[in-house]
Amino acid sequence: MGGVRWLLLKDLQILRRSPLQAALLVAYPILIAVLVGFAISRGPEDPRVAFVNEVPPNTRINVGGAELPKSNVKEQICKRVECVFVEDRAEALEKVESGDVLAALVLPADLVNKINSLSTLTPGVPEVEILVNEENALKAELVDDRITTLLAEANLRIARRIGNEGGRYLGLIVNGGRFEVLGETIPILGLQASARILESVTPALPPRLRPSLEEVTEFASQARDNLDVAKPLIDRLAQPIAVDKVVVGGESPPLEIFAIAVAATLTLAFVVVLLVAGSLALEREENAFSRLTRGLVSQGGLLAEKVLLGVVAGLVVTLLMLLGMKIFVPLDLGRVGLWLAAIVVAAAALGAAGAALGAAAREVRAVSLLAFMVTLPIAFLSLVPSGAVGAGVFDAIRFLTALFPFKPALEAIQAALDASGPGIGGPLLHLAVLFAAYAAIARFALRRFGSV
Amino acid sequence: MRATDVVKRFGEREALRGVSFEAGPGELVAIIGPNGAGKTTLLSILAGISSPDAGGVDAPDGTVGWVPQQAALYRRLTVEENLLLFARLEGHGDPAASVEEMLELTGLRERRGEIVARLSGGNQQRINIAIGLLSRPAVLLLDEPSVGLDPRQRARLWEFVAGLAGRGTTVIFSTHDIQEAERYGGRVLVLADGESLFDGSAEELRQAVRSEAPESADRDFETAFVAYLQHRGH
Repeated sequence: MGGVRWLLLKDLQILRRSPLQAALLVAYPILIAVLVGFAISRGPEDPRVAFVNEVPPNTRINVGGAELPKSNVKEQICKRVECVFVEDRAEALEKVESGDVLAALVLPADLVNKINSLSTLTPGVPEVEILVNEENALKAELVDDRITTLLAEANLRIARRIGNEGGRYLGLIVNGGRFEVLGETIPILGLQASARILESVTPALPPRLRPSLEEVTEFASQARDNLDVAKPLIDRLAQPIAVDKVVVGGESPPLEIFAIAVAATLTLAFVVVLLVAGSLALEREENAFSRLTRGLVSQGGLLAEKVLLGVVAGLVVTLLMLLGMKIFVPLDLGRVGLWLAAIVVAAAALGAAGAALGAAAREVRAVSLLAFMVTLPIAFLSLVPSGAVGAGVFDAIRFLTALFPFKPALEAIQAALDASGPGIGGPLLHLAVLFAAYAAIARFALRRFGSV
Repeated sequence: MRATDVVKRFGEREALRGVSFEAGPGELVAIIGPNGAGKTTLLSILAGISSPDAGGVDAPDGTVGWVPQQAALYRRLTVEENLLLFARLEGHGDPAASVEEMLELTGLRERRGEIVARLSGGNQQRINIAIGLLSRPAVLLLDEPSVGLDPRQRARLWEFVAGLAGRGTTVIFSTHDIQEAERYGGRVLVLADGESLFDGSAEELRQAVRSEAPESADRDFETAFVAYLQHRGH
């Protein structure tokens, strides 16, 4: 154990001698903490969308000759995005091409006329135009999603408005009332009153005429009853499927906790894996490995020292980062014991994985490359949610990510940060199993490490 | 130290084919041979870094000090930090005193605070040897210790090594420089293709070369030695 202590001191001295490395170890977590902190505490900014409205002013959608009240579609859209009002399509196009706006939405002059034509015998197809600069696949998808959602909402609002008006007219037909057209008020008798009047006059009619009148009365009653059912149907037409969201497991943590956990785990993984793998490979590059393991320290002791180095560095860096983020996001310091447990166990498992990589690659440059090649894709794969890819691919990803300590480390840190989330026991156990497995692999790889 | 019929194989290739020799206290033994002769393999077996496939090694009481061909030390630490680290790892009761002793021995006291990477190859080699001596070994194994050193550095190195032998340490070193072996080795062991061809004094080696390759007897010793190896089938 004494040997491990002196080797650890030596590695810290070497680390101190590399000002760039030491500065990066301190500056990196602080920088990440500040960036993530700002990002999650300020919230997303609305995307800028150019808005061209060529519809003549005071043009309103009408149903059956009656104008609908203003539906405020423009206001609704501009509540969700930052609308940049432009004069015409050419200006909108220029703004999209220059990247000044994410997209442009053009409402053509005939839009309302085409909407109004929907209730005629020659319906048109109302269209709006969207201009998008799809220079970047991610940006294109973001714009498509955002615009599609906005238009779906606009369609829904218009459909609801039409449905309401349709329902009001049905109400007049069924129950009667007053209807205003061209400034004049027209009384509507309604089916209910018609049936009542017919029923009251029937006894006064000659018997031979009564059956015919009773048929009309019966029709009026049936029509009233059936049209009563039609009104809720028209209401539902605007939004036929209602959503009842029930969360069944996989409780997700608040977004800011998830973001912090991802940033902390990424930092921990890179610092520990690179440091342990590089430091072990350095023993061979400096030709010190065979000298050390000739009785000065055992191979197991050397591995333990490297993992310990990773745990110490990882703990300091990750704690610094979490404390930095606490400035922006309220983190429960009462759970600091769980933070420590999660970081230490995760760092030990990541350190063992780093030792296995270091023992396998043997040269510092090769080790650094290998560590990046392994850690980065695994980190990305660990963030793929279920449902984002096919079931078979997701199973393969789940299997692969379970073999490397990144995902369980993320789950452990998330559990340590989030009191309402799932327990920390499972991820810690997973990490312990991976620690044992990677330590065994590293021991095996070290056997050929010192070969002359 | 005694090696008896040591055999080492790397796959199909036999790197050592039944090599035997012994060295007593204060002896300076040079192991000489062309590249790939098995010199480093033999030293690493004597050092206990690798084990033989057949045969055995008897080491004396006390540790065997090992100085690999390339300096095995930390280039980003200072001279003093390197010596202190290895003294602590050796479990010295007073590591600081051991460091002072080694600084005195290597003549690097004034440069104790310098980062090793900034020292010359010769000085790095002196620290390399000093680290090997920290275990106070009865036998010191040096693998091609003068490679990369200039003549002046080489002279200082051999003066230092001869001083160790003079104090009773058995020194076994490998080299492919016949003149160095002749000049500094009290005894010479010739290896070629893993086979031990000769074991005796430098003078005895000269005689063996003359009798084995008489056509080269009047030429320089290195040329005569190469002819000797060719006569022996190597």
